[in-house]
Amino acid sequence: MTATMMLEPRVTTSASDPRLRRMRRRRAVTATLRHLGLIALAALMIYPLVWLLVSSFKPNEDIFKDLSILTTHLTTENYTHAWNAQQYPFGHYLMNSMIISGASIVGNLISCSLAAYSFARLRFRGRNLMFAAMLMSIMLPFHVVLVPQFLIFKHLDWLNTFLPLIVPKFLATDAFFVFLMVQFIRALPKEIFEAARIDGAGHPRMYAFITLPLMVPALATTAIFTFIWTWSDFFGPLIYLRKPSGFTAAIALKGFLDSQESSNYGSMFAMSIVSLVPLFVVFMVGQRYLVKGFATTGIK
Amino acid sequence: MSSLGELRVLAQDRKNARAGGAKGTRRENLAGYLFLSPWIVGMLVFTIGPMLASLYLSFTKYNLLKPPQWLGLGNYTALLQDPVLRHSLRVTFTYVFVGVPLQLAVALGLALLLDRGLRGMAFYRSVFYLPSLLGGSVAVAILWRQVFGKNGIVNGALALVGVHDAPGWIGHPDYALGTLIILHVWTFGSPLIIFLAGLRQIPEMYYEAAEMDGAGKLRRFRAITIPLLTPIIFFNLVLQIIFAFQSFTQAYIVSGGTGGPSDSTMFYTLYLYRKAFVDLQMGYASAMAWVLLLIIGAFTALMFWFSKFWVFYDD
Repeated sequence: MTATMMLEPRVTTSASDPRLRRMRRRRAVTATLRHLGLIALAALMIYPLVWLLVSSFKPNEDIFKDLSILTTHLTTENYTHAWNAQQYPFGHYLMNSMIISGASIVGNLISCSLAAYSFARLRFRGRNLMFAAMLMSIMLPFHVVLVPQFLIFKHLDWLNTFLPLIVPKFLATDAFFVFLMVQFIRALPKEIFEAARIDGAGHPRMYAFITLPLMVPALATTAIFTFIWTWSDFFGPLIYLRKPSGFTAAIALKGFLDSQESSNYGSMFAMSIVSLVPLFVVFMVGQRYLVKGFATTGIK
Repeated sequence: MSSLGELRVLAQDRKNARAGGAKGTRRENLAGYLFLSPWIVGMLVFTIGPMLASLYLSFTKYNLLKPPQWLGLGNYTALLQDPVLRHSLRVTFTYVFVGVPLQLAVALGLALLLDRGLRGMAFYRSVFYLPSLLGGSVAVAILWRQVFGKNGIVNGALALVGVHDAPGWIGHPDYALGTLIILHVWTFGSPLIIFLAGLRQIPEMYYEAAEMDGAGKLRRFRAITIPLLTPIIFFNLVLQIIFAFQSFTQAYIVSGGTGGPSDSTMFYTLYLYRKAFVDLQMGYASAMAWVLLLIIGAFTALMFWFSKFWVFYDD
C-alpha cells in the first residue's frame, strides 16, 4: 500500500444501448435504497452522540424522564455547575491534557522523523535487524514493559509529574509513527536526494531542508494521531498522575463517576462534551490526513 | 505495504536482508546511528530493558516495599489456579473473538457497499469514522453506561415497541460484556477506511478483462475482489486482535474499575492493572503480562500459519 490510495471514484462507461435506460432506472432505484440504508445506519451510529450533546443541556431531572432529543427546555446550568464541581476548575484539567498532548506531539515529530530518515535513507550495519525490532515493537503489548517502566519513573521521582508521559515520546517509542514516516520517505523521488548530494549536502541538511519540508503530510498525520491518542489516553495518566493538580481531563471525568456527583448525569455529560470538543475539532480540521494515515498504515 | 507485510518480506528474504544491512560505508554507519540514537536509547531504556526486567520480576514476589523475592515458577503455577484469572481470560477471549470478527464483517460489508463511486462518499466516510475516533475516550465510555443503563436510550427504544421490563444491560452480569462488544463494533470506521483503500488498489483492468471473458458480477466479486482483498482482511484481523486483547479503558469505566458486575467485564488487562496497582503484586502482574504476550504471540503465529490457506498474495 502506498500513501496515495484515496483516488477519485472509478468511472465505468458503457456503450449506448437500448437496454441502457432500463438499466439506469434500476440503478437509480438501488442507489436510492442504498442511500436510505446508509443514512439510517449513520443516524443510528451518531444518535448516542447527539443524545449526549442534547442531554448535557437538559436539567438533570429531565434527562431520563424524556429520552428524546427533541426538547425545548434547554439550560447551560450543567456546564456552569460541573466546571467547578471538582477540586480544580475543569479548565485546569483541560490545560494539563493540552500540555501533555502538545509536548507529545513535539516529541513524536522530532524523534520519529529522525529515526524514519535513518531507516529510509541510510544504510548501516544492523539496519534490518533494528527495523524488524521497530516493526515488532508496534505489536508488542505494553504490559510487558509496564511494571519496570513504572519502577524507573518512580526511582527518578517522576511520579505525579508529566514526565513519564512525555519523555518517552522524545525517544521515538511510538514506533507506529516511525513506520508511517518511513513509508512516506521511501516514496519520495530519489533524484531530489541525489541532486542534493551532488550539491554537497550532508545528511543533516538533507534531513532538515529536503526531507522535513517534503514530508509535511506525514508530519501532520503524526501530529493529529498523537493528539487524539494522548488526549484520550486513560491508562498512563491513571497510574502516573495521582494528585488532583495533575489530573488530565480523562481522569477528571472519571472523578464524576467516583464522587457523590455520580447521580448528577447532567454535569457528567456536560464535561464529557467539553472533553470531546477538541477531538471533534481536530477531526474536522485534519480529516484528510487522518484518512490518509489510516489507509497507509492501517493501525488504529 | 503494511507493517505486517514488511515483516513478511524481511523474514522471507532474510539472507538478502542481512547483506543489505551490512553494506553501509563508515560515514553512513555513523550518520545512521546518530539519526537513530533517540530511538536506540528509547528501545533500550523503555522496551528491551523493561522486558528483561519484567521477565525477571515475573519469577519473584515484589510489592514495591521489600526487594523482589525469588519464587521460581511460583507466580505461573499460581496463575493456573487463579479462578479470577481464568474467568478474565474467558471474558477477554469472548470480547476478542466475537467483537473483532463482527466489527470487521460490518466494516467489510459497508466498504463493498460504499465502493464504486457512490455519491456522498466523503460524508458517509466521515460519519462512520467519527465513532472510532471518539470510541477510546472516557467520555464515550461514560455515555455507554447511560445508553445501556436501566433508564438508557436502548431501553427507551425498547419501551416504544412494547418491551417494558428490559434489564439494565450494563449492570447485568449476562449482558455487560455484550455492551462492550457492541461498543467495539461501533468503532468499525477505522477498518472500513482501510478496506475502502484496499478496494481502490485493485486495478480496474482485472474487472474489465474478466467482464470480457464473460464473468458475471458475482463471479468477478468472488474471483477478483475477495482474493485481492484477503491480505488486507488478514492484516486487519491480526492487528485488531492484538489490540483488542489490550482493551482497558471501556471496561474500566463501565465497571467503575472493578470489572463487575460479578467480574463479567474483568478484562485481562483490567485484572493485570488491579494486581499491579491496587494489590501491589508486581511480580504476579509481570507474570500475567508475559502470559499475555505469549497468548498474543501464539495467536498471531497461528493466524500467520492459517493465512497460507486463505490469504492471496499478488507478488
